[in-house]
Amino acid sequence: MNIHEYQGKQLLRDYGVAVSKGRVAFSPKEAMTIAKEIGTEPIVVKAQIHAGGRGKAGGVKIVKTLDEVRSVAADLIGTQLVTHQTGPKGQEVKRLLVEEGIDIEKEFYIGLVVDRATDRVTLMGSAEGGVEIEEVAEHSPEKIFYEVIDPVVGLVPFQARRMAFNMEIPSNLINKAVSFFLGLYKVFSEKDASIVEINPLVVTKDDRVLALDAKFNFDDNATFRHKDIMELRDYDEEDPKEIEASKHDLSYISLDGNIGCMVNGAGLAMATMDTIHFYGGEPANFLDVGGGAKKEKVAAAFKIILSDPKVKGIFVNIFGGIMKCDVIAEGVIEAAKEVGLQVPLVVRLEGTNVERGKALLKESGINIVAADSMAEGAEKIVELIG
Amino acid sequence: MSIYVNKDTKVIVQGITGSTALFHTQQMLEYGTKIVAGVTPGKGGQTVEGVPVFDTVEEAVKETGATVSIIYVPAPFAADAIMEGVDAELEMTICITEHIPVLDMIKVKRYMEGKNTRLIGPNCPGVITADETKIGIMPGYIHTKGHVGVVSRSGTLTYEAVHQLTQEGIGQTTAVGIGGDPVNGTNFIDVLKAFNEDPETYAVVMIGEIGGTAEEEAATWIKENMTKPVVGFIGGQTAPEGKRMGHAGAIISGGKGTAADKIEALQAADVQVAETPSVIGETLIKVLKEKGLYEKCKTK
Repeated sequence: MNIHEYQGKQLLRDYGVAVSKGRVAFSPKEAMTIAKEIGTEPIVVKAQIHAGGRGKAGGVKIVKTLDEVRSVAADLIGTQLVTHQTGPKGQEVKRLLVEEGIDIEKEFYIGLVVDRATDRVTLMGSAEGGVEIEEVAEHSPEKIFYEVIDPVVGLVPFQARRMAFNMEIPSNLINKAVSFFLGLYKVFSEKDASIVEINPLVVTKDDRVLALDAKFNFDDNATFRHKDIMELRDYDEEDPKEIEASKHDLSYISLDGNIGCMVNGAGLAMATMDTIHFYGGEPANFLDVGGGAKKEKVAAAFKIILSDPKVKGIFVNIFGGIMKCDVIAEGVIEAAKEVGLQVPLVVRLEGTNVERGKALLKESGINIVAADSMAEGAEKIVELIG
Repeated sequence: MSIYVNKDTKVIVQGITGSTALFHTQQMLEYGTKIVAGVTPGKGGQTVEGVPVFDTVEEAVKETGATVSIIYVPAPFAADAIMEGVDAELEMTICITEHIPVLDMIKVKRYMEGKNTRLIGPNCPGVITADETKIGIMPGYIHTKGHVGVVSRSGTLTYEAVHQLTQEGIGQTTAVGIGGDPVNGTNFIDVLKAFNEDPETYAVVMIGEIGGTAEEEAATWIKENMTKPVVGFIGGQTAPEGKRMGHAGAIISGGKGTAADKIEALQAADVQVAETPSVIGETLIKVLKEKGLYEKCKTK
């Protein structure tokens, strides 16, 4: 789960991590009030959408007067901001972060990630701030420094210090950087983040060390123990079908094609997409109904697929293990009867309780094309939608 | 022979009184798995499916001599269950549970350092040695005894591969699901090593997916150490960047973890990679014939 920059900065503030002064505005009037509160110039007005690349796309404005704050705020709110991460349609701007302009001495990068190679959280830092860290990693990997964190003791001050020295933070500001890094790890571990990126971290002309941007990603598997973080979720930033799916605990991702897919298991769901592709079709979604789903959940999944106007045909591909084929069949039948099935449906069932599942589908009277294998099913659905 | 588990392996079911665990306990017992105990705190003294229930893993191990556990405990409590199994000095604990917070798993891995228990999973289908023991949630009937080892990050895709092998008359030794989480207990290399040392396994099918670099690391290991042919498949060739494809670990980020990179690494290690999941069986047969192993691997 992602949150907005202003929410991330508030979280940092709560943990005593230095950030620039500012607040969120939902209207030009509010933006002006906040600018007045800040009382210094220049003022920075930043569009709040989850996608990166906002600066390059014109979503960040630096202005001097309150009038200018109002006019750029009025321009930004309601526009579709298109960045390299939003896709061609862009994302509508509904919230702005209004904050103090910072006199920057130098930009840095600091981040925390779960490193799969060491099974540890790792602090990553670089003196190359303000640019994509992936590019630094590719072209000059020696400029990125790492501190692997032992979960028992957490980030230890000497590690934070070593990082600050490696990053060439000015020596009079080392202690400020150290307390910044320690606070960053504290919020990461206490809130079950999976990524925190501060890019840029800046050293200012008046000797502060603070976060100019804040990108947080939280572990979806841990949100059950963080109600405060769940409240930061912005539904406007998500695909409505993905929101509906998440209510039913379904793993659903919207894609660009026209063949709806319902599969059990993430690996098989990916492989089903790949197979549809191989036969010349394009999947409309990734959907893993998961293990142990009840009939109602299967029906909800089927309805979400049918609610997508792009969908011209559906392929249900089930290899039951923990999932039982008869439960899948019951859910499909219930949803198809309730919503009315207007598009071709190909079903491939195999695994636990397969015979009962097949029998139920047969008795249902719904127009279903049966397939004996994933390849056959993919080929048939591609053929049926023409 | 086989790897990790066989017909004599004594198994504890952790969380046995939950509905999913009960269903699969029945299925495992039907397959012939020696389930000697269940554990649910507070339900010690009961019996379910003829299996005695204990309050703690330690007690269950002491009373029954079990060496392996399978965990069905819900995600918020699963890390605790794994550590309890490790503390009871089990040889192996297999965690089926999905959606365990990754920071919990990081702590579990730290806790396991210096201890001897092998963790399989989490978020995995388990381990099965065909015709001997099924310690997991996979459908038993698709497996037949033979000479091909299977290792995979995905559950259902493993069933798909095993089913194809069985239909083509190629039996299996052991199939191991290592799970789809970014932080897990046993990796490809651990399992490949075990298959390499198992005299009954003549070839291996390895199924990976997008995200991380476990397949690339396995490819390097195969190139340097593997004496048996390996056939591969990588799921998620058409997955978009930046989207988590169901499994917590299945995500391409910053251009890293793509199927193309993994396929390239495997091919460089002389691993034949099936183009689609439907031809995993065919691809293996082709390789077995090339290496003169087909007749030895054919079981019917």
